[in-house]
Amino acid sequence: MKTISQFLAFVKKEFYHIFRDTRTMLIIIGIPVIQILIIGFAISTEVKNVKIAVYDPSNDISTQKIINRLSSSDHFLFVQHLKSTEEVEGVFKKGKIGMAIIFGSNFNEHLLHTGEASVQLIADATDPNQGLVATVYASSIIADYQQELMQALEIPIQIIPEIRMLYNPEMRSAYNFVPGLMGMIFMLICAMMTSVAIVREKETGTMEVLLTSPVKPIYIIISKMVPYFIISWFIFIIILLMSVFVLKVPVSGSLLWLNVFTLIFIVVALSLGLFISTMVNTQVAAILFSGMGLIMPVMIFSGFIFPIESMPKILQYFSCIIPARWFISGARKLMIEDVEVRYVLKEMFILTGMAIGILVVSLKNFKTRLE
Amino acid sequence: MDNAILKCLSINKRYGDVQALTNIDLTVKKGELFGLIGPDGAGKTSLFRILTSLLPADSGTAVVNGLDVEKDFRELRRQIGYMPGRFSLYQDLSVEENLNFFATIFNTTVKENYHLVSDIYRHIEPFKNRRAGKLSGGMKQKLALSCALIHKPTVLFLDEPTTGVDPVSRKEFWEMLKNLKEQGITIIVSTPYMDEAGLCDRIALIQHGKMLSVETPDRITAQFPHKLYRAESKNNYALLGALRQNPEVKSAYMFGEYLHVVFKDKLPHYDETNSKSEDNTQIVFNEIEPCIEDCFIALMNE
Repeated sequence: MKTISQFLAFVKKEFYHIFRDTRTMLIIIGIPVIQILIIGFAISTEVKNVKIAVYDPSNDISTQKIINRLSSSDHFLFVQHLKSTEEVEGVFKKGKIGMAIIFGSNFNEHLLHTGEASVQLIADATDPNQGLVATVYASSIIADYQQELMQALEIPIQIIPEIRMLYNPEMRSAYNFVPGLMGMIFMLICAMMTSVAIVREKETGTMEVLLTSPVKPIYIIISKMVPYFIISWFIFIIILLMSVFVLKVPVSGSLLWLNVFTLIFIVVALSLGLFISTMVNTQVAAILFSGMGLIMPVMIFSGFIFPIESMPKILQYFSCIIPARWFISGARKLMIEDVEVRYVLKEMFILTGMAIGILVVSLKNFKTRLE
Repeated sequence: MDNAILKCLSINKRYGDVQALTNIDLTVKKGELFGLIGPDGAGKTSLFRILTSLLPADSGTAVVNGLDVEKDFRELRRQIGYMPGRFSLYQDLSVEENLNFFATIFNTTVKENYHLVSDIYRHIEPFKNRRAGKLSGGMKQKLALSCALIHKPTVLFLDEPTTGVDPVSRKEFWEMLKNLKEQGITIIVSTPYMDEAGLCDRIALIQHGKMLSVETPDRITAQFPHKLYRAESKNNYALLGALRQNPEVKSAYMFGEYLHVVFKDKLPHYDETNSKSEDNTQIVFNEIEPCIEDCFIALMNE
């Protein structure tokens, strides 16, 4: 009973520290919101005047009608005819077009006789959102034409759009930034803020007084983690809400498992912060350590900004020790790809293992004395 | 000594190349107001940290209240109060919040032990909603003392509680310590101010990590082995130079507006209370009673 009230006194004190320090408050509440908003507004979902080039070996009534309809819509701007399919890459590279439309030969004939014809839509997916929306619009214009033709001819026909994304075949969209951003924010809040909070007690000398009290060091530590744990969870919920309502990210996976998975990662980040605090004695060192040692690797090696698949093998192996890599990969699966939880078991086990490992090491490292 | 509450035997502590404490032996009696006197860097804080179980000693044993500082540190930490040299409370918590927090982590409540601190705390109670960081130096020390006392410790360690505190607050602070002593709390206090030594029951003089002497202040001054003279002239600085050149002078040093001089024998060359120096200025010599600082300097020079 006394232990509990001691513990609660600690937690209460920790919340006072956080809420009375505007700098801390700004970092933990302001940064996530601002980052989400910046990313939110940086994504434009409106697609207008995508420049198109057409390779049309058939040059018959159907292909011309389709080209006309595309050009007359607001979304597309006809730029040029291509003489061969080899030209496609060239015009993309020069940045002249955002989408290429490749018709098969004898398009109309195929359509009338076999009831089937294909058209290839090749989009520049450097901006994945733009690329995706462009192909969706083009497909629907083609589907409209198919519909009308079918009614006129009264025979079943089908135009099959084949969609290809250039440069970014995985369709890494801005949606995918949300898990990466979360990985970074949790490192910032949990690891950096926890380590700074513990080291501050060493720096101001209050740790000396706490250590001469009968409170067990483990309670000192856990009570430091609790507020950041709660705040992180709160921020996670804010991010989720903003993702859904501001960014319109389709959070389609299981919310329960997404929460469980994220909380495991938060524990990993908290233990990292604790670990740092056992290594250093000044707040500046704690910030440098967590900044250089945690946040930088999260940005570079976690797949947040640079795809892991395109890294040299040695860096790919290195990225395995970065907890955020597993978090981002798992969170993408759960949030965006909407897979069942068994597909993220690997990530979950790795993160749980990391959490336990780091926690054990840092609790062993935590000194009950000053030296 | 049967009524010893603190006993340490040949404590040694080394930081890298620096020998911070050498063979420290110390006994403090129950209910004493014990002073640890020494200049900055003498090893006072290191000794305090060892005695409060914050720092392991390299060798030697220390027992406080019957508890070994190494083995029984958990139980020991329940029984002692420690006020570090630096202000070590939460600056962003209010006076009241600090006191409540420390009461709770020491398994007590402010209400339960209010009588212990009321004498001190009532000075700062009007400011109980003020953040501790915004208090004046003297008020900070009062709050820190209240927080160190709130769990009714049997032994109270105060590391330089009056450093950086104005003379009036210093005086008040020592009054409070006397009152606490009357309540049966053993107090061990360190200070670099020699003038505070006389306020303690017994004192230990410490320098370069070595104990010079442990005695009551009166006996320390009584043990001063020489006759001490106070000298003054219009040009004290020149006089100090001249005295130090003189082979008959054992030691001479500035002491406030006077010089304190110890001769190897008696007062040979200057055998008049009124002497003249070379440049013909008047020098006045008076035999005086040594104070703790004189003893300290004498012990240091041995």
